[in-house]
Amino acid sequence: MSGAPRPLEIRDLSKSFGGRRALDGVSLDLAPGEVLGLLGPNGAGKTTLVRSVAGRVVPDGGSVRILGFAPSDDAARSARGWVPQEIALYPLLSPRENLWTFGRYQGLSVAALAASIAESLAWIGLADRADEKTDRLSGGMKRRLNMAAGTIHSPKVLLLDEPTVGVDPQSRERIYEMIGELQSRGVSLLYTTHYMEEAERLCDRIAIIDHGRIIALGTKEELVKKTLGGRQAVTVEATSPISPAFAEKLRRLAATVDGTKVNVSVEDAASGVRDLLGLFDAEKVGVRDLTLKSPTLEQVFLQLTGRELRE
Amino acid sequence: MIFAVAKNRLMNLRRDRAAFVLAFVLPVAFFSIFAAIFSGSGSRAETRKIQVLVVDEDQSANSRRFLDGLRAETGLDVQSAGPAARNGPPISYTAATAESAVRRGDAPVALIIPKGFGEHPISFGPAENRPELAILADSADPIAPQVLAGLVQKVVMTSLPGAMARTGVAEVDRWSGGLTPEQKARMDESLRSLEAETPPGQPAAPRAASASGPVAVKTRDIVGEAKKNPTVTFYAAGLGVMFLLFSASGAGGALIEEAESGTLDRILSTRVSMTPLLGGKLVYLAGVGVVQLVLMFVWGAIFFGVDLMNHLPGFLVMAVATAVATSTFGLLLASICRTRMQLVAVANLSILIMSAVGGSFYPRFLMSEKLQKFGLVTINAWAIDGFTKIFWRDESVSALWPQVLVLVGFGVVFFLIARRVARKWEIA
Repeated sequence: MSGAPRPLEIRDLSKSFGGRRALDGVSLDLAPGEVLGLLGPNGAGKTTLVRSVAGRVVPDGGSVRILGFAPSDDAARSARGWVPQEIALYPLLSPRENLWTFGRYQGLSVAALAASIAESLAWIGLADRADEKTDRLSGGMKRRLNMAAGTIHSPKVLLLDEPTVGVDPQSRERIYEMIGELQSRGVSLLYTTHYMEEAERLCDRIAIIDHGRIIALGTKEELVKKTLGGRQAVTVEATSPISPAFAEKLRRLAATVDGTKVNVSVEDAASGVRDLLGLFDAEKVGVRDLTLKSPTLEQVFLQLTGRELRE
Repeated sequence: MIFAVAKNRLMNLRRDRAAFVLAFVLPVAFFSIFAAIFSGSGSRAETRKIQVLVVDEDQSANSRRFLDGLRAETGLDVQSAGPAARNGPPISYTAATAESAVRRGDAPVALIIPKGFGEHPISFGPAENRPELAILADSADPIAPQVLAGLVQKVVMTSLPGAMARTGVAEVDRWSGGLTPEQKARMDESLRSLEAETPPGQPAAPRAASASGPVAVKTRDIVGEAKKNPTVTFYAAGLGVMFLLFSASGAGGALIEEAESGTLDRILSTRVSMTPLLGGKLVYLAGVGVVQLVLMFVWGAIFFGVDLMNHLPGFLVMAVATAVATSTFGLLLASICRTRMQLVAVANLSILIMSAVGGSFYPRFLMSEKLQKFGLVTINAWAIDGFTKIFWRDESVSALWPQVLVLVGFGVVFFLIARRVARKWEIA
């Protein structure tokens, strides 16, 4: 390897709790300014992986390097920010006091803190409520403050563990914007989420983890193509019930027939739809509706893990 | 419906071990401890013996006989010699060294038998130029000198029956117009045989004795005699330490809250590791503890006459040492317990027991010897001893070294154990 160390390098990471293998040879890289989504069912190993990078879990094997440093090194601690899933704040302190606390814990000087706190409060939209008790803030405000507490020291690598759980759509939108801003500042993000749309919208690449192993890694398009082969789903609704003879012809195209509905997966949308409509025309069967759907990340996930994301 | 609600609470109680302990174990534990303190566990052997330092300046046969009588008293622990210098023989007390020992708190009373006591141990009627026994007392213990004065009267009458009879005969001779030579001779013979019948150390069976009796005894308070309100400093120290323990364990519980909320995880991923985290909490807890003690004693000085200004250096030394010990105790409990409820139960149980045995509610010198010794395992006992040295015995700061050493020692040990136990939060 040459040049500057990557923001995050995970090599062959393994960890067992008792007899259960939580991580089984996980390897990942994070490029500067990249958002890497980590998707997986509950118990797949996401939290163990994030906690290993946060220095809160000591792996049995493999290594984690943050800008070339081990997670417990001071340099790694300074370069890393962590926004845990819990609202890990002091409820009786104000947002300003919480930010002061975590800023000092991250080694910021008192002089530097004043500017950082003012900037952070403005960033999360809480400048006007900076001196209220944190437990009086709404759920969305607390989530944003939770993010600010993890980024007060301007980390190079940020671990975001489901930062939008339980927040209203407006706050969620604001959090998305904040993530975009962090990315534009060159921060590398490891982002775990249960929401497919978040992963699709925010992440440059997506890693799917199951049973402690990375089972797929790439951009959304790469994952879809690799897993589902780029096929698209066509649904045609006939104006009258499909006759058994016509159904037999359709099945030869690997289509499924359900009353007046015909579903078929096609490799190429243009030729596939043309061939299908040609058959309807030949059989003199009218078409009431036709839909063409690209494969979703959810289908990829289902295909790879055999489970829904929330299982 | 009412029974369903009651059963639900019962099911909860069975699951909540802390509440269970509070409800059933704590009352029994307290009853046992207080019963032990106030009743000496029902055994006479465990009740307190009053320690008496004795100085025999007379060195006569009668004074020795009297001393043997005192030694035979089960309620007294008579000591005529103090600890020796390294490996040497014990050194007999003098009036001066016995007084110093009482001032230091080594014993609550000293008894000085003056020269000439053996000649005229007893007198009836108005006091003449008879020698007076002197009791030097620490007024912190109001019971010891009274018990000793009473026993002195009893022991003189039972161990020196000859002297008592001689004095009686002399009085008869004086006030009845004189005995005949024959009567005097027979009286002398009877007295000699009476004295021969009573070997030293085995006093005759008690006879009618009067506490106001025939022996001249003068009690002098040599410690605390000028104090305005002697019990205030004791309670300021005793209750102060107890509340420090409570507040430290309560504040130490913040650690458990941080662990439960995920904040501890977040902190430990920053540049703060566990040792500085516990160290920071110790500094905070000890600082608050010192402020609490300062407030309590300032209040005592303003409203109850505690002489704080003249004892400021010693007070501050003890306040810091006590606060260090109580703070680390709080951290220790917080690190051992898994939940806040568990902490409340364990803290209540341990602190109230420590306070009872350590003398926060009831002076240790009034407890049985066993309990007094057992109390030395508590922070309370050492802290109260230190504050007593300052405010009661007017001792110098340097005299506090045993208390400071032990309290800081408690602090170091508790902190190290807390640090070791806190590894459970460090990494998985």
